[in-house]
Formats: sequence, structure tokens, C-alpha cells
Amino acid sequence: MPVIATASLSKRYPRVTALDELTVEVGSGVTGLVGANGAGKSTLLKILLGLIAPTAGSAIVLGHDVVTGGEAVRALVGYMPEHDCLPPDVSATEFAVHLAQMSGLPATAARERAADVLRHVGLDEARYRPMGGYSTGMKQRVKLAQALVHDPKLVLLDEPTNGLDPAGRDEMLTLVRRIGTEFGIPVLITSHLLGELEHVCDHIVILDGGRLLRSESKAALTGETGVLAVEVRDLSGRDRLAAALERAGARARPDGPLILVEITGEETFDLVRDAVADLGLGLVRIEPHRHRLEEVFSV
Amino acid sequence: MSDQQFGPQQRAGVIHDIGYRNYDGPRLGRFSIWQALVVSSLRHAYGLGRSGKSKVMPILLLAVMVVPVAIIVGIETALKFDKPPLTPVQYISFLQAVIALYLASQAPQLFSCDLRYRSIVLYLARPLRRTDYALAKLTALVFALMILIGLPLVILYAGALLAKFDFTDMSKEFLSGIVAALLLSILLAAIGGLISAATPRRGFAVAAIIAVLIVSFTAVVTTTAILNPEAGDPGTSARYANLGSPFTLVEVLQSFILRGGGAWKPTTSQGLVFAGVYVLLVAVCVWGVNARYAKVARG
Repeated sequence: MPVIATASLSKRYPRVTALDELTVEVGSGVTGLVGANGAGKSTLLKILLGLIAPTAGSAIVLGHDVVTGGEAVRALVGYMPEHDCLPPDVSATEFAVHLAQMSGLPATAARERAADVLRHVGLDEARYRPMGGYSTGMKQRVKLAQALVHDPKLVLLDEPTNGLDPAGRDEMLTLVRRIGTEFGIPVLITSHLLGELEHVCDHIVILDGGRLLRSESKAALTGETGVLAVEVRDLSGRDRLAAALERAGARARPDGPLILVEITGEETFDLVRDAVADLGLGLVRIEPHRHRLEEVFSV
Repeated sequence: MSDQQFGPQQRAGVIHDIGYRNYDGPRLGRFSIWQALVVSSLRHAYGLGRSGKSKVMPILLLAVMVVPVAIIVGIETALKFDKPPLTPVQYISFLQAVIALYLASQAPQLFSCDLRYRSIVLYLARPLRRTDYALAKLTALVFALMILIGLPLVILYAGALLAKFDFTDMSKEFLSGIVAALLLSILLAAIGGLISAATPRRGFAVAAIIAVLIVSFTAVVTTTAILNPEAGDPGTSARYANLGSPFTLVEVLQSFILRGGGAWKPTTSQGLVFAGVYVLLVAVCVWGVNARYAKVARG
């Protein structure tokens, strides 16, 4: 059974259509929800939490209809909002304990879970200090911790890497990956950057203007293309190699610093090796060419 | 999974990560969550579980309420008065500025902060409905005011019994005081809650609450003085002027309900008008708070 299933889900406001006939399924593992600002990502999350009612269509989350069973859905789902949502004069521990209780955990269990989860997100020493003094990275970790504190059966993460520096971004994405694999909790993560989801997601859903553009496994989106990418030392070498490969009967074309060679069989690899050796070029890399997620938008 | 963690390969490691643990314990229902929110909000209303700075104001105001009665009790037992120098209802009326200050300092704490720091989103993403949230906050504020107003009354009552005043009279006066305190707490919580929920800016809410309470009380006192220049039993219009401020409204209503305790006794029709206005005011404020959170939930 899919974790999330929507059928012709629409949300119309007087002037804009935020979601238009969206039919999509989300399973276990990490699913990326990608789209530009205003593509309907946050609206979709709010509908999935039962906070706003769809204009038409239906959505089932963990077996509950979001319109009639919003309360049951919210008890089982963890939600990390995009914006800041932490009171500054409370410590992370107290805040996490309180929110665990707000999800229905008894006081002692709440305390235990809060300590556990804060350790998992890597917030050890600072957790007794008021959150007003936290860095953006630490705040994001607390926000993630509060979404996990009641051991949800699904977490919805709205732009968790927002405002983080590259190192913090990598750490956050590693954490998201661990939630989906090691913790075994299905994750729906939104981002407007396709590239950053490339490494953590098993499945990608792409929204554009409230409509479903693509919903595919990452393997399909970034799979091998039957093309070999070759890079050699300098650009004149690139052109000479391309010419040599053409002469030898291979289909090759330059692409930036790379040469893309169509793989016709095992002999293509030998052909490239020999051509590079004959020309005496410095070989930088030779690898199967993959689709990049960015290309999805350009098709 | 934990078996693997302590296998021979892991034993050499320094850090023992016991891995993510699922929570299989009980999950409480909406009412228990509501109770937990009331308790934590009540604690917060006296600065418990918050920074040291936020304890100063509520504890100071509670002291201002309690210390004078302690002194009165001391004097009346030592000097053996014939009758107590002050009735509970009079005491509430004397210290209404302190009560107003408490409301102005703590109502925004309970309502505005979650809006300002947007932690309200985290509550709404949990099983509690927005109405539950609003009612929990209002209930906590009623209890907080009851402690503030009721504690000195209890001390006054205990002192009166120690000084061996007439038990029946004292109990009757104490009861009037408690009824007045309860009516006042409910009305003030509703008004303070509405003003604080309307704005995420705490300072604005503080100023607005003080303004509403002081302006309305001053207006009532002035109008009464103009309509009723000679002291004594006030005329009909002067009586209805008491509708204008929460403090005077509650005082009259209390003496209507218990047939005594106030400065004058309202007739049945006057009493019913006061009761009607009271109920209407509370209902409108509670409805307003709820409507405000409905807007927050959509946004």
C-alpha cells in the first residue's frame, strides 16, 4: 500500500490554482518533491496534513482520508515546516519534550524520546540552552527532531536545507537519507533544487504550476544513457580525439569539455582507449554518462 | 539490528550508537493532549519551565497580591478586631490594577508568542484541533488568574477563621469572593486572549490590554460620578454604567448571583441584563479567538 496516494487532487483559490488534478503515489524510502517556488509543494503538504481542505479530489495518507481523518493522520505524521518556528526562550530539550506530549506521548516517554531524537540529529551539548542562541544549522536540527520525536510513520520535510551552508546542507541530507533507510521512516522532502535531491532520494515527484510533471524512480531519471563520457587534458586534444573517433567509425560529439561517445558494445571502450593512447593525450576520466535531474526541466 | 551493533566488529569502536529505536508505547487521545497543553501553559503563565527573566513579573505580581492580605491577617488576629477590615470582594476591587497588569503581562505570553515565533504551526500539525488549542490556552489563563486572585482570598478566609470571626458570615463572604474571582478570571481571560491572539506583537498586546482595562474602568467611575453626584444608592442609569468595565460588571453580577457582597443590590431585570452582557462578551471573545486561529491555520 502506498504511504501517500492522491487522486485528481485540486486546490483552487479565487485567483490562483495551487494544485491541478494531481494524481500521484508515494511509497517507502525517500521521495523528493521538486518544483519552483509557487509550484504547489507547500499547499500539497498542508492538504496532506489535513490543515486545508482540497477543492476537489482526494488524498489518502497512511490509510486515512485527509479530509475525514485529519486527526489520525496528524498523529502518525511528522512535519518540519520551511520557516523558523522555534520560541527563543525555551531549550531544545523542553521544546521537544513538550511537542512529544502534544503528539500524545506520556510525559516519561516524551522525555526519553526527546533525548534520543536530539542525539540522532546531532544536538548533544547545546540542547539545554535556550534556542534563541542557536545557529541556523542547529535550529534546523531541532525542527527535524520535533518532527521525529513521536516516532512518526511518515515525515514531511519542507525545504529542510533552507539557509544552510554547503557543509550543513550535506549533513542535513545525510540525516534525511538515514531517516529513510536506517530509521525506516518514509520521507517526503521538498526542494526547489533538483540537484540536492539527486543523492538522497529513491523517487522524485516533479511539480510545475500545480501539475504533475514527472513521477519516477531516481534510477529512471538519472539512469545510464548508453553514452560514454570521455575527458582529456586540453580542448585541442578533445577535438583531435573526436575526429579520430569519427574516423574509426564511432559516433562521437563534443559536449563542453567532454566527448560523448555512443556505446555500441564492448569494442567502444577499446576504441576510445586506443585512440587516446595513439594521440598521446592525457586521459582525465572515462565514465558512463548519466542523465542529470536538471535535464528533466529542459525536456 | 542492535545485535549487530555489539558484534565483534563494532566492539573496537569508541562510540556505541544503539541506533534508532521505535516507540511502541501508548499514544494518548485528544483530551489527554489537551490537558497536557493546559498544564504546560499554566506553568508558563508563572514562568515555570521558562527563562529566569520570565519568572520575575508573574511571581512579583503574585507577591503583591498575597503580601497585603498576609499583613491584614496578622493585624486582625493580633489586635482582635470585631469584624474584618476588608471583605474579599472589596479586596479584588482594590487590587484590580495588579490583576490587570498580570493579565497584560501573561496573556500575550500565552497567545502572541506562538503566533510570533510561528510555533503555532507545529501545534496545528499535531492531533489537537485549533479549537482545542484555543480553549486550552484560555483555560490555562483562567486557572492562572484564579490562582492570582484566589490565593489571597484563601489566606484572608483562613485568617478570618483564625481571628474567630463568625464562621457563617466569613464563609459566605469567602464564597462571594471566589465566585467574583471565577467570573472575573473567565471574563478577563477571554478579553486578554482575544487581544493577544489578534496580534503577534507582544508589546502591542500588553499596551492594548492595559488600555482597554484602565480606560473602561476610568470611564465607568467617571460616568457613575457624573450620573450619581451624591454618594448612596446609585440611580438606574448609574447602575447600568457599571456594564462598561469588566471589573464593575463582574462585581454587580456576583452580587446578583449571591444576593449580596457588592455595594448595592441589582434588581432581577438589572441582574439579568448584567448576566446577559457577561455571557455575550465571553462568547464573542472566545469565538473571536477561535476565528483568529482558523485564519492562522489556513495561512
